[in-house]
Amino acid sequence: MSFELQCPVPRFNHETIQMAHGAGGVLSRELTRNVFLPCFGNSALDLLDDQAKLSIGAERFAFTTDTFVISPIFFPGGTIGDLAVNGTVNDLAVGGAMPLYLSAGFVLEEGFPLVDLQKVVRSMADAACKAGVQIVTGDTKVVERGQCDGIFINTSGLGVIKNGIDISCINLKPGDSIIVSGTLGDHGMAVMAAREGLSFQSEIISDTMSLCELISEILDEVPEVHAMRDPTRGGLAATLNELAEASGKGIVLEESAFPVRPDVQGACELLGIDPLNVANEGKVVVAVPRQSAGKVLRIMQQQTYPSAGNAAIIGEVVDDHPGMVIIRTLLGSRRILEMPLGEQLPRIC
Amino acid sequence: MKFIDEYRNSDRARGILEKIEDTVTKPWTIMEICGGQTHSIIRNGIDQLLPDEVRLIHGPGCPVCVTPLEILDRALSIVSKPGVILASFGDMLRVPGSRETLLAARSRGADVRVVFSPLEALKIARENPHHEVFFLAVGFETTAPGNAMAVKQAARENLQNFSELVSQFMVPPAMRTILSSENNLVQGFLAAGHVCTVTGYEEYERIGEEFHVPIVPTGFEPVDILSGILRVIQMLESGVCGVHNEYGRVVSREGNPVARKVVDEVFHVTDGLWRGIGVIPRSGLLLRKEFSSFDAEKKFNVVGIQSDESPLCKSGEVLRGMITPESCEAFGKECTPSMPLGAPMVSAEGACAAYYKYHWKAL
Repeated sequence: MSFELQCPVPRFNHETIQMAHGAGGVLSRELTRNVFLPCFGNSALDLLDDQAKLSIGAERFAFTTDTFVISPIFFPGGTIGDLAVNGTVNDLAVGGAMPLYLSAGFVLEEGFPLVDLQKVVRSMADAACKAGVQIVTGDTKVVERGQCDGIFINTSGLGVIKNGIDISCINLKPGDSIIVSGTLGDHGMAVMAAREGLSFQSEIISDTMSLCELISEILDEVPEVHAMRDPTRGGLAATLNELAEASGKGIVLEESAFPVRPDVQGACELLGIDPLNVANEGKVVVAVPRQSAGKVLRIMQQQTYPSAGNAAIIGEVVDDHPGMVIIRTLLGSRRILEMPLGEQLPRIC
Repeated sequence: MKFIDEYRNSDRARGILEKIEDTVTKPWTIMEICGGQTHSIIRNGIDQLLPDEVRLIHGPGCPVCVTPLEILDRALSIVSKPGVILASFGDMLRVPGSRETLLAARSRGADVRVVFSPLEALKIARENPHHEVFFLAVGFETTAPGNAMAVKQAARENLQNFSELVSQFMVPPAMRTILSSENNLVQGFLAAGHVCTVTGYEEYERIGEEFHVPIVPTGFEPVDILSGILRVIQMLESGVCGVHNEYGRVVSREGNPVARKVVDEVFHVTDGLWRGIGVIPRSGLLLRKEFSSFDAEKKFNVVGIQSDESPLCKSGEVLRGMITPESCEAFGKECTPSMPLGAPMVSAEGACAAYYKYHWKAL
């Protein structure tokens, strides 16, 4: 009997999975394009938004999933549990959906302390409560010691999309302003600082939080928002490159406008990392027609989360250089903001 | 941030650019030695802002780029042995060896760990007494003191499961080689600020006199680099050679005597094989005889491993300043940061990577 592969098998640069395949950069994109899309491709998935948008009858839903393997599981400002809830909730919210229900799947390592599990689960319950979602189904698996690192969590989420809201990365239009909701790189740097072996003193705390309230306030007042993303893995650089590529538009950013905390900047200088490549877990990037940008910025700046006051308009969408993100430097020259290649340091989210 | 913001100040930078425009009367070619400076120049678009008369060419001062292929192949060979842990600066992990990278070796099960200092590698050795731990001791005068210190400390603690695979280089012999070359284009240098922090600049004064060139140690921020360029041009225009220190906030004439002493205690000077450039006499460092038990090449008997470069890769010409990265035929085609042919496309300090990442005109 002959065996035929159903999917086209493209050429690979790597024969085995590398850490960078999971880092949200170029290699993650290759994996999606070359392995998953050829086999799973469909109209909802092919958009490669952070969530699938689905219609059942007259209702529109958003559906998403995410898996959390962070080390350490407790870090300044949060736990793996906070991330698992907020990450999925935010992926729904940036699609313009009101998150309603989550699932939670746990892979636990033999010997993992029960007291740590309770702490993680409590943090999930608190985060769900704050985001206004319920965890309505779940699953637990235990693997032998050494087969996972303590605890891995998968969450999936379901939300409803209100009428009149159409948010997608393909909707970017020339003239749109690009706005970020606060300082960049806080989560990734808080985790790196807390990791074993990185022994600099730091008070950087993760920005992990639900974006539901902020986004619903923005959409209530400014329904004409074109695109939203939460710049998690790969940071702002990955997110904006994905937006530019999906929409076929160019993006120009002002280097002077990036909000970065001085201690995050300092830690990045020390480690040789660009804060624009560092993960955030409680920030949103919004593309909105220029005339509405001021309104969105005001809404962000009136919030009470720690860096709300640092929300800023950082650039705009242009017709030039489609698919590319360009930074106007402090000196007035221009440089490319590249899609991060891969691993900054392993397992930041 | 103190010591950063004032050196990224755009008004100051523009002021210096105007002075450069006012000063320059004829074409000059300046080499920035250090890859960190190259990245800053391209990242900040300084090359786009300079007057046409000023040509910058990028020097060989990228530690990852000049580490010979056989060092990587030797590291790959050692780390594939059971019970061995390799500790390395993160940058080395993506550099292609003859067959694969250290990252690929790690994905196949090799124990490769990223550290930020050789002293962390010592810690791994202490914590894993039944493993052999070796550190990839690469770099210039900047990394040599730390790498020497780690060996000295290991000797003091009698830590017999620690060793270093050494590929250390020194900048001044490379400058002499460039200046002595028949095709030399370089008329003045921006010297690498952090190297001079350790070594001081007396040796540079001798090179400046001997070859009649201006040499200006400077830093890495836009204002530092532009001040350095302005100073080199002022010296060139007025026919002055020798050293003028523009990085006074960290560089002194005598350097750091404590760091120099420990390097001298642990290493001796030898000929150095630079990737892409070849052998430069008396430009390398090796462990002294009394520390030879910490020499990974000897311990694991890998000295015999020799390697050949990809014929497509023109990194040698890039590293000698003969061509710019984008004039290499493989640039952006066969050679990209995700599939690099040569080390300059990988490293955070590599000129090819800087052009690929940031350069508006190169693409």
